[in-house]
Amino acid sequence: MSFSRRDFLKAGVAGIAIGSFPGLAFASSELVKKKGQRVVVVGGGFGGATAAKYLRKWSKNKIEVVLVERNTSFISCPMSNTVLGGTRKIEDLTMSYGTLQKKYGVKLIKGEVTAIDPDKKTVMLADGHLSYDRLIVSPGVDFMFDKVEGLDAKVASESIPHAWKAGAQTVLLRKQLEQMADGGVFALAIPKGPYRCPPGPYERACQVASYLKEHKPKSKVLVLDANPDIVSKKGLFMAAWNELYPGMVEYRPNSMVMGVDVASKTAKTEFDDVKADVLNVIPPMRSGVVADMAGLANIDARWCGVDFLSYESKVHKNIHVIGDAVSAALPKSGHMATSQAKICAAAVIEMMSGKQPDQAPVIANTCYSMVSGNEAMHVANVYHFNAEKMAMVSAEGGGVSAKRSELEGAFAGYWLKNILNDVLL
Amino acid sequence: MISFRMLLVFIGLGLCSVAQAAGVDKHARNMAASCSACHGTDGYSEGGMPVIAGMDKKLFVITMKDFKSGARPATVMHQHAKGYSDEQIEMLAKFFAAQKRK
Repeated sequence: MSFSRRDFLKAGVAGIAIGSFPGLAFASSELVKKKGQRVVVVGGGFGGATAAKYLRKWSKNKIEVVLVERNTSFISCPMSNTVLGGTRKIEDLTMSYGTLQKKYGVKLIKGEVTAIDPDKKTVMLADGHLSYDRLIVSPGVDFMFDKVEGLDAKVASESIPHAWKAGAQTVLLRKQLEQMADGGVFALAIPKGPYRCPPGPYERACQVASYLKEHKPKSKVLVLDANPDIVSKKGLFMAAWNELYPGMVEYRPNSMVMGVDVASKTAKTEFDDVKADVLNVIPPMRSGVVADMAGLANIDARWCGVDFLSYESKVHKNIHVIGDAVSAALPKSGHMATSQAKICAAAVIEMMSGKQPDQAPVIANTCYSMVSGNEAMHVANVYHFNAEKMAMVSAEGGGVSAKRSELEGAFAGYWLKNILNDVLL
Repeated sequence: MISFRMLLVFIGLGLCSVAQAAGVDKHARNMAASCSACHGTDGYSEGGMPVIAGMDKKLFVITMKDFKSGARPATVMHQHAKGYSDEQIEMLAKFFAAQKRK
């Protein structure tokens, strides 16, 4: 879904309408009868699901938690590029929300939020509303299709997938790869940062090349990067391309894709038109549009500013934002979303009993990239709260792998198992 | 003889240290929570990563300091270890040592 100024105005008007006619917000029914203190969590990705679980775990089930999620299952974005390479199926990355409900007592509502009323502390859904004492919004990212002429949500779901949210489009892109003739061109367009998962697009180039090398060795992977250089793990990715897939991956920096021709699968950059057999355009990103329902995206009308001690929004009290949607010098990764979620959950528990949250949070991030069927490399950092800057700052000593290895490939698999267990089981 | 006033001071100190201990525990718990992506919730790894729940405090501290100094080679842990002060490593060690081995 593209987000335009018009949509923003519409969202704004909806907000005003509810504010002006408070009766409207309560004409609908409370979807889950509120008992005691309640946190509503919007979005059940890495951030939201973790926040829901840890609110229950760390409050010893004292705080009622309602999680609103539109999808039936959780599908992991991390490691989903391996579905393109062929070492995993999408089912391997799919998990149920059942344990969050059964073991932790999280109340799950399948649906979409249509409005947020920060004054009345209410979120609206199609068939009713939910009252909250505190709200945690974990909206992930949405795509700015209006920045790529000819591309929209429908085109993406049918013929030019971004596959940047794991699921049906990941499967579609894999199918297109399987159907491509040997000697074909797979073109991958990377947007300007910040975007979800900085090393992800370069990992994808590796996974696609890995499949092609085995099955269609005359083919090519063309990387059209809007950025001036490889954003993450540069030396390691270049070594992987040169050593594992020589002559197969062509990298073009400063190549922003500004439009597409759907019928001919042509990507248009400022300089030339590039025709592809499989075209994978990852559009520019912004915070999930749910954030706009309470005007939370206060940074460039794109990302959400928060207090890093609690992840409370800079716009509204009692509303917290976590994960990729947050404006921060932190990588937009699954691990980071879970780390933020835990600091947020801990702070919410303290604040709901009138106490001060942890004044010196420390969080870590480890992000593995699979560069072949069995080899990986990582980037790892620890981040400390800096009271002067009121921001999370990277500690000295972090960095990337010395080299890619099978050992790290195994670690990447263990990482996936443990993080999914930590989020959902 | 301990005077009534001194007793009050002792009680006050006692309460203070209890309150501080509780605060420190939550800070350590929050810090340790970031480790679970690789090492499992509260250190109970279910994959091939080492289980650190119930790890002896002394061993945890020595291991982290060796990662930090480079005495013990690693793929990733030297980079994480450098991100924590010696005091923070002690806090993490205490937290994980307090988790019962399953």
